[in-house]
Amino acid sequence: MVGKTHPEPGDPAAGNGILSRRIFLEGALVAGATSAGLSRGSAEPLTVQPWMKVPGPGFGGYGQPSPFESKVIKVFPPPPNPAGVGASRTPLHMLEGMITPSGLHFERSHSGVPEIDPDQHRLVIHGLVKRPLVFTVEALSRYPMQSRIAFIECGGNSQALNAPQAQPLNVAAIHGLLGCSEWTGVRLSTLLDEAGIEPQARWVIAEGADAAAMSRSIPLAKAMDDALLCLYQNGERVRPSNGYPVRLLLPGFEGNMNVKWLRRLKLTADPAMTKDETSKYTILLKDEKAWQFVFPMEVKSVITRPSPGLTLRGPGFYEISGQAWSGNGSIRQVDVSADGGRSWAPAALQGPILPKAPVRFRAAWQWNGGPAVLQSRATDDTGMMQPTRAQFGDERGLRGVYHYNAIASWRIDEKGEASNVYV
Amino acid sequence: MFTSKSVAVCVSLTSGSAALAQSPQFGQSIEPADIAAWDISIGPDGAGLPPGRGTAIEGEAIYVAKCQACHGDRGIGPSVVLAGALVGGMGTLAPDKTPIKTVGSYWPYATTLFDYVRRAMPFQESKSLTADEVYAVTAYILDLNGIVGSNDVIDAQSLPKVRMPNRDGFIPFPRNPK
Ligand code: HEC
Repeated sequence: MVGKTHPEPGDPAAGNGILSRRIFLEGALVAGATSAGLSRGSAEPLTVQPWMKVPGPGFGGYGQPSPFESKVIKVFPPPPNPAGVGASRTPLHMLEGMITPSGLHFERSHSGVPEIDPDQHRLVIHGLVKRPLVFTVEALSRYPMQSRIAFIECGGNSQALNAPQAQPLNVAAIHGLLGCSEWTGVRLSTLLDEAGIEPQARWVIAEGADAAAMSRSIPLAKAMDDALLCLYQNGERVRPSNGYPVRLLLPGFEGNMNVKWLRRLKLTADPAMTKDETSKYTILLKDEKAWQFVFPMEVKSVITRPSPGLTLRGPGFYEISGQAWSGNGSIRQVDVSADGGRSWAPAALQGPILPKAPVRFRAAWQWNGGPAVLQSRATDDTGMMQPTRAQFGDERGLRGVYHYNAIASWRIDEKGEASNVYV
Repeated sequence: MFTSKSVAVCVSLTSGSAALAQSPQFGQSIEPADIAAWDISIGPDGAGLPPGRGTAIEGEAIYVAKCQACHGDRGIGPSVVLAGALVGGMGTLAPDKTPIKTVGSYWPYATTLFDYVRRAMPFQESKSLTADEVYAVTAYILDLNGIVGSNDVIDAQSLPKVRMPNRDGFIPFPRNPK
């Protein structure tokens, strides 16, 4: 170290093997960081495989993942619950980048996924408006559209970490109620302007066409700000499990409010106090009070690799990869630690860095084969930093169920196995 | 300052009037009466409650036939985990207790019970109960929680007046966007 003015790419940046992020920024690795990877012996001679010699099958109308990727699926608990109640979770540990493939986007539904004929679907806007209006899907499709990349996170994501003892769960089971898509549709403000908002209106009650008629009250200010009526998800029509033929997107707000299968928007002076904004999605605090109408999903991050089930294969170089997001804005910084939060170094952020969209972060780690506790800690551009589990619990207790966003920890043992722990 | 402000005003005026002039109008108008079948929102003040009435005595049979299989005998001990207990849990919101959040212990408004049962229950055939049946089963669940009497008539006038034990249990989240 003597005589160096600034760190080299492979220099340690924090304790227990975290290397400088300059590896990612400059694409350079020093010999020391790769040596373990190189000591794997020499490769087998190359052989010519059958698929190199005969033509493959022809075209298909809709592409499918390789059959070798059949384990990359959503996870959900088996019955006895009535079919379609509950959630299926995104396998975050098997995905990369920022976009969730539409077929792997988590789903939370309250009475299954309705099979909606788009020609029969209607969206009505009424209540405190000058002209109640009905829209067909075809009519919605004729408006000028907008696209934006945004995450949707269920208000109940990561609630397993409220448990007093750390549960033996993987990243999908704990944090898999998170997805990100490019959403395309019509600005809600355009349609509300067309209907003509009465001055007393403050809220919009949004309701789905599912059998549960899932319903939430949304502040009119949000509806007018950046709410989108989405017809497309990742370039194709929204998937049924994500709200086909039209869903509401409220960028950054708790998932449950992004009402799927949207059939009705009623403007009112006061919230409706629906089941899902009183009985559910309220946060019981340490005392007997509960926070109600908790809108933004606050700053958060999670390491997806390494994580439980992805066993490390011996000491050496590993990339730590994860996602960070904030319902209040853009991610400004993500720090990583390999020693349970005693020391931190900034991770490299993979662009584009967009407001209310997840950012992929990467850090270089030289695992020495000993025990380690991996953590990530995100800060957004409002200056809010992810709390530790202790800080989180100090503010609100651990009975709140929803909106858990504290720093999460994976312990790596000597065998290279990762597990969910509290530190 | 002066320059940038006046530019901003200009831009917003231009885009505003342009938006008005160009915004397509593809919505079809509809009379409130033709929305009625879909307008099932009930406000905490009772706005939207339909005509009809029911008592807990009348509601018991409906509950046993149409709700009990999932929500358990007298609303306790549900067989379907996600369905949750509808009755009991009083006092469990206290600090350091494990909360049992039910209609009785947690819900701030009785109108929510009518709204939700009418739109979503019974699970396999939602929206199948008559208004009288929803009032009656609502009365029954409130009675099991000790909130109304078994012969109290629950209707559009009385339901919004029912004071739920946890009515004052909710406070606003301090960090919502302005
Ligand atoms: C087949 C099972 C089943 C039947 C029958 C059933 N429910 Fe439900 N109930 C559920 C499920 C599942 C949920 C949770 C739905 C969700 O996730 O949003 C629920 C939720 C509820 C809730 C909200 C509970 C809370 O604490 O948030 C109430 C109230 C309710 N049901 C009342 C009734 C009534 C009244 C009936 C009869 C008219 C009934 N249910 C029949 C399965 C059932």
